Amino acid sequence: MSAGAKPAKERKSAESARAEKPLPEKISGTDVAMRKELLRSMLLQRRFEEKCAEAYALGKIGGFCHLYIGQEAISTGTMSMLRPDDYVITAYRDHGQALARGISPRAIMAELFGRADGCSHGKGGSMHIFDSATNFLGGHGIVGGHVPVAAGVGFAIKYKDGDQVCVCFFGEAAVNIGAFHEALNMASLWNLPVIFIIENNRYGMGTAISRSTANEDVIVRAKGYRMIGESVDGQDLFAVRDCVGRAIERGRKEKRPTLIELRTYRFMGHSMSDAVAGTYRSREELEENMKRDPILLLHQFMHEHDELSEGELSKIDDDAKAAAQDAWDFADASPEPAPEELWTDVLAESES
Amino acid sequence: MAVMTYREALTSALREELARDDRVFLMGEEVAQYNGAYKVSKGLLDEFGPRRIVDTPITELGFAGVGVGAAMVGLRPVVEFMTWNFALLALDEVVNAAAKMLYMSGGQYKMPMVFRGPNGSALQLGAQHSQAWESWLAHIPGLKVLTPGTPADAKGLLKSAIRDDNPVVFLEGEMLYNTKGEVPEEDYLIRIGKADLKREGEHCTIVTHGKMVLVAMQVADALAKDDISIEVVDLRTIRPMDVEAIAQSVQKTNRAVVLEEGWEICGVGAQVVDFIQRECFDDLDAPVIRVHQEDVPMPYAKNLEKAAKPDAAKTIAAVRKVMYLD
Ligand SMILES: Cc1ncc(C[n+]2csc(CCOP(=O)(O)OP(=O)(O)O)c2C)c(N)n1
Repeated sequence: MSAGAKPAKERKSAESARAEKPLPEKISGTDVAMRKELLRSMLLQRRFEEKCAEAYALGKIGGFCHLYIGQEAISTGTMSMLRPDDYVITAYRDHGQALARGISPRAIMAELFGRADGCSHGKGGSMHIFDSATNFLGGHGIVGGHVPVAAGVGFAIKYKDGDQVCVCFFGEAAVNIGAFHEALNMASLWNLPVIFIIENNRYGMGTAISRSTANEDVIVRAKGYRMIGESVDGQDLFAVRDCVGRAIERGRKEKRPTLIELRTYRFMGHSMSDAVAGTYRSREELEENMKRDPILLLHQFMHEHDELSEGELSKIDDDAKAAAQDAWDFADASPEPAPEELWTDVLAESES
Repeated sequence: MAVMTYREALTSALREELARDDRVFLMGEEVAQYNGAYKVSKGLLDEFGPRRIVDTPITELGFAGVGVGAAMVGLRPVVEFMTWNFALLALDEVVNAAAKMLYMSGGQYKMPMVFRGPNGSALQLGAQHSQAWESWLAHIPGLKVLTPGTPADAKGLLKSAIRDDNPVVFLEGEMLYNTKGEVPEEDYLIRIGKADLKREGEHCTIVTHGKMVLVAMQVADALAKDDISIEVVDLRTIRPMDVEAIAQSVQKTNRAVVLEEGWEICGVGAQVVDFIQRECFDDLDAPVIRVHQEDVPMPYAKNLEKAAKPDAAKTIAAVRKVMYLD
């Protein structure tokens, strides 16, 4: 789809736009109601993380905090294709994916605040969101470390004769680490239903991909492991859905893994302690990429097809803001973990 | 003497050694264009160029191995790990290659290299990013393991490490980078393997190293108000350990507390206590007590993290116990 990045004022009337672009019944499996839902999902992530930045500045969130802003079409697009019994595993940039997977904003924010009601009871923090109820197998802090873990989940699915898939997210810089290669080889060798998603936002911290990766065309690595590889525009929600959809089919039916590259851009610094622009990437480059804000693109598409009134948009956005504020209030009111929690969860209770 | 930060002290050590010996180069993630994740290599790319200051992909195992290979054939690599948590991925090259090369080759291949980077916890970085590794690394024959706690020690020891013909593990305190201290102006080295008496005292010895030196000094200040006189022995080098310095102090004070950042079981303190019982059995007036991180992975929540870490209050309690005051 081409959303056409025209500002709203220059746009033709909704009537004539509709006449020009007849809308197919379904676009990558979505109808109007679902598109509204997808927009809601992305806006929730955006508003939630804007609150995170605020909370970080106030010291309510500590440690490392990596925002996902700019990449929301990937989380929303992917999660909207999954079944509840599928599995998701990711790295430290995990808030958006956790929200899109359906973990409650309250539980995530409480985790970020280090409180007892957090989804990891305050023990994990921003980088380590886990939620067994949604098969969200965690945010992981060591680059590439979770990629073989995803292969292990795929191994278990196949072992138990299941038809789920495991989706594994990581950044483009992770493709240079040994664990990535070892995992892809095993996943293909053993026909494991794993979908490896490279979120190529072009920078690993301050290092542009051209300075870290001998062949910038990262998707060719699929070939080295006899795996199907697909590379699509990660800012285009529909393209993400279609591509992930094909990979899910392949995983469920053929038990084959897929490597996907989703081309995207992060609109914030690497973490809260990194400059947004001006050091390793220019302000112009950032602004150019912000024109392809995935939320803006979906909104424009819906607006052009007269699917969303301004009133509806504000309502969705207001609801997202309210949910983020509610998460904040809930987290703020949640108690610190009880002191004895320090000693729990070190080992599972097991007598043998 | 000039006052500088621990970070600046490290930078100046690197700068001086890079200038002194063309075989020395610095390699690691974000060390060049980004000026270092913790800015220890700030300005070095401009000064020495990309041949000497080398940005790597995120491939710890790979570039540690590159360092080993370069050291085998005559270079003197300084390999920076963004933090030691990520160095776990490189341990095969550190332990199986660097530490054993000289021995396996019957003395033919030296390993004049340094593996360095921030070690230990900072604030609320959670379980995977808050770990002190000195006891792991000090376990390995063939390595030297350094843990400077002050800017002057950081500079002198890093220069010595770079000039040493052995693989040196150099553990910097992530929370120490901004701390300030006096650093000699002249070119100086600090002998590897020599502890430093950071404070003289009579009643009890605190044996410690790295970031915990600051805590020990605070404890000594606080207890001085109660007329308890603390002697602080800063190990500075964990391997080889300065047994003589420990023994001398404990023979004088007859009491010891061993303070470290890492976990208890098989920790550095366990080794110190072993040396004390061997060398000072008849001198001890009380059992030695250890202060360390609680035996749990580091939690994220502020209150739990504080409870997990060794600190001045826990150390004071240990000293009082060793002195039979409580
Ligand atoms: C093994 C390892 N080395 C270094 C780091 C420090 N680090 C954290 S994120 C990061 C950059 C990763 O970039 P990328 O994989 O592209 O993901 P992005 O942050 O862009 O989402 C680095 C170097 C780490 N966490 N783990």
